[in-house]
Parts: sequence; structure tokens; C-alpha cells
Amino acid sequence: MKIKGSVHKFNDNVDTDVIIPARYLNTSDPKELATHCMEDIDAKFSTRVRVGDIIVAGKNFGCGSSREHAPIAIKACGVSCVIATTFARIFYRNALNIALPILECAEAAENINAGDVVSVELATGTIRNETSGMTFKAEPFPPFMQELIEVGGLIEYMKRQQAKN
Amino acid sequence: MADVDLVLGNDITAPVAIGEFSKFGCDKVFDRTKIALVPDHFTPNKDVKAARQCACMRNFAYEQDIKNYFEVGHDCGIEHALLPEKGLVTAGDLVIGADSHTCTYGALGAFSTGIGSTDMASAMATGKIWLRVPEAIRVELTGKFNRHVSGKDLILHLIGMIGVDGARYQSLEFTGSGIAALSMDDRFTIANMAIEAGAKNGIFPVDETCLKYLKEHGAKEPLVHEADVDAEYAQTIKIDLSKLKPTVAFPHLPENTREVDSIGEIKIDQVVIGSCTNGRISDLKAAAEILSGRKVAKNVRCIVIPATQKIWLEALELGYLKIFAESGCVVSTPTCGPCLGGHMGILAKGERAVTTTNRNFVGRMGHVESEIYLASPAVAAASAVLGKVASPDALI
Repeated sequence: MKIKGSVHKFNDNVDTDVIIPARYLNTSDPKELATHCMEDIDAKFSTRVRVGDIIVAGKNFGCGSSREHAPIAIKACGVSCVIATTFARIFYRNALNIALPILECAEAAENINAGDVVSVELATGTIRNETSGMTFKAEPFPPFMQELIEVGGLIEYMKRQQAKN
Repeated sequence: MADVDLVLGNDITAPVAIGEFSKFGCDKVFDRTKIALVPDHFTPNKDVKAARQCACMRNFAYEQDIKNYFEVGHDCGIEHALLPEKGLVTAGDLVIGADSHTCTYGALGAFSTGIGSTDMASAMATGKIWLRVPEAIRVELTGKFNRHVSGKDLILHLIGMIGVDGARYQSLEFTGSGIAALSMDDRFTIANMAIEAGAKNGIFPVDETCLKYLKEHGAKEPLVHEADVDAEYAQTIKIDLSKLKPTVAFPHLPENTREVDSIGEIKIDQVVIGSCTNGRISDLKAAAEILSGRKVAKNVRCIVIPATQKIWLEALELGYLKIFAESGCVVSTPTCGPCLGGHMGILAKGERAVTTTNRNFVGRMGHVESEIYLASPAVAAASAVLGKVASPDALI
């Protein structure tokens, strides 16, 4: 899976309350959630973001609540991948489960700026900053997680597992 | 892949899970007795959309004949106070919940952790979940709390020490001679906020206090696991409970902790005493003891929320509700409401609140320019009386 897009940059500890504030959790409609994505730290994010764009952030991205609405909102905005120094545990699971590609890479997070164009190869964990020419290597996912993303998330993956058995 | 003993969801996370479950292609959940559905976040229904979400979960509960569905007014409550109270969790259980504070049940010697809606859907269909075995941090507790110091002060202190990602993807394993003197309510509060240090779970040893609680609440026969003598830990943290002081987390992260007696004058507009962190009977007792015979400051709105219907009734019988009402508090039905900025106490621009809840992120309880100070029930009650962030020791 090849990903390429322009970067939106965020700091450390971006919590799920700012990714999608709870006042909008009275719906689970991805399109509606997308219109409020990142609203409390970047009010215009949802109007600025373009399909294919990439989020790059610092440590502990997605900390806080277990709301899957957070990765759903990010994905529904058109964001193709989130790269962060580290991810909070529940967000990490939720993103994989809904097949939102994410990569942990401290070096990339430090050396990519807002507006840079970045390409990502998930199978190898290769991240290339097309703007600066720098290349970074994230730990690729174990095969089962890669398969999980490729088939479209946990539900499809589990269905296929059950069919195999 | 592990077998789960209980799968939990609420009115925000379950509707998403129910949608995903329907894609699975199976008619029935794996075990109708091993699923708990709790309408608690936006209940009593705060608006039409929230009502629709609650209806979605209610319909699913009826269709699937889910044994543990807890309707508003009928044995209702905030999920993490309610499930232990109902004896639904026992030592040795594997509990997963589509709510980050599912880690609360570690107080009962269960492995319990928060997950998202898709994991919940998959577990409802298959009874299984994939889990990575976490590394552990050993938190060794000695000594006893001084007056007006509680489990909340301990967990805030710990988060202040290690940071909001200090235990990321790890287990916080509480141990040591200090545990014997901790009440179950204190242990629930401590395990509840393990997630605020990024932990996968927080877990306590199963001692007499815990076994007594399990028995009194009709929980299943416990399966007691103990740490190996030669277990390896990522790190060991030692905390002397007698050295702790009332502690507050300043905006906008739970790690921004300070001892209350070291701060200047911070005027407040609202106090919330409740939530899955601190809405249990001993929390209400601590607040009632301080509010008894005193008045909430004129410019402060103090909202008290017993965490379950049972706690509400107990607080009524013990006279706490009367104390709250006479001191100028409003007492609410059980709800998560204000903790996550849902309803029942939203903050306006520039307003400040002292709350016994668990998160003080930007905009968590309302306007992005409002501020949240996390504290114990004793500190929250004292702050309500004095109209500023204050220690109970500052009261005359």
C-alpha cells in the first residue's frame, strides 16, 4: 500500500477529546464526526485537510478516552496515515481495527514539518520526506497486523479467520 | 487470542460496536450473560441524538436478551462503579470494555482494560480478543494516608511522577504493606486512573479486604494470581503514603500535579463531586463531612453525582444528600455527564472547575478556554466552600 500526502503537524499528547470533542459523540456518523475533527486544537483543520493528507505528531498521540470516533473522524476526513513518535495504546488498537494506517517513528516526527509532502510504504515502514529528501524507517507491523489493515480492519480479518477454521 | 469473561459497552461506544457486530454475519452474541451494556454517559438522554443512541443499545440488549443491561432508574449507574457493585467482576477475570476506565476492575485482581468499539464488536461475536502481554511497573506502597489524603491524591501523585505516558502500554502493579490499609473505594480510584498514565491496566493483589468485597457483592469464586517472586519489572516506584499531601492536577494534563498547600489563590466557578473515579459512598462521605454545617461559596455551583442508584440511596439513608442540599449543592441522578463535557454542568469560556473526575484536557468539560483542576472529594468540597482551589486543612 503506497501513501503520499501533505503534512499537518501536531505536538505531544494530542488527546481524543481534542481529536473529537465528546459534545459531538451523540452521533457515530463518520461524515459528521469528520467535520469536527481536531476542532478544539485546530478549529479550521476539517476545512483545510485534503484527501490523502498525513498527520505527523509527537508522543502519546490519541491518549485519553477509548472513543473509536477519534480514528473514525481522522479517517473520514481523508487522512491517509498518522505518523507519531508514539501512540497511546487504545488509539493504536482502534486505528488498526478500522484500517487507518499508523506508524511510530520518532525520527520522522522530529524531521517532518507542516506542509511537507511525505510518502509512506507500510509493508517496509519506509517514510520519505519528499520535500527535504530525508528517509526514515519505522518498525513495520507484524504480518498479522499488516493483513488486518490490508483486508480493511478487524471485523473482516476475524471473519476470514473464522472461515479458515 | 484470549477468552474474555466480560465485555462492556456504554451508550457512546456500544452503538458503534453494534453497527460493526451487524457486519459480522452472526445472529447472536457469543454469550448473553458475558456482556454488560450500561447507558451512563449522556443519560438521562441529553438530546434527541443521544436518545437515539440509547435506543439503539436498548433495542440490541432486548433483541439479544443481554442479561446485564442496566436501564436508567432501574439499578442504574456509572459503569465502573456499577459492575463491581453488581458482583459482575471477580479476581482472575479478563474484562474488556469499550471505555478507557475499564482498568478500574484491577482493584479486584482482574485483568481489565479499555478497548474500542470494533474490539467490542469482535469480542461480542467471538468471545475472544488479541492482546499483547504488557511489561509491568511495580508500585510499592508503604505507610498510611494522613487525614484528608486519599487514593485520588496517590494516583495523581504517581501520574505527576511518571507522566501521562509514563506507563504507556504497561501494567501498573500495586504492591507493598501500604495496601492493607487502603479501602476498596480507594483502590477503585487508583486503578481507574491507571489509564491516565497511559497504562494498559492497573492491578492490586487480592487480599482479605478484596475477598470480603467480592463475597459481599455476590461475585463468582475468585481465581487469585500472585506475582512471581522473581518477576522482572520495567521499573519499581516506591511511595510512602504517609508523606502524601492533598494533590491537584492543573490544566490541561493529569500530570501537572501540585500539592494543594503550595499553590496561590485560584478562584473557581464550579465543583463536581462524582464520576467513575470518585462517585462512591466513601467519596460522598468525605465530601459530606466537610460540607456539613458549611455553605458552598456564593459564586460557586457545586454538583454532586452519586455514581449508582444504590450509592444514591445509601447517601440518602446516611443523611449525606440532606447535607449536600442544605449546604447549597445540587444532587444529580447517576451520570457521567459533566466529566466528559456531555451535560449536567458544562463550563463557559474562562470558567474554572475543581472536579473529582479523571481528565483535565483542553475543552474536556466545555469551552476550550475553560480550566479543570482534578482533585479528591475532600479537596473538591473544601474548594466549594472557600470558592478557590483549597485544602480541607484551610477550613476554619
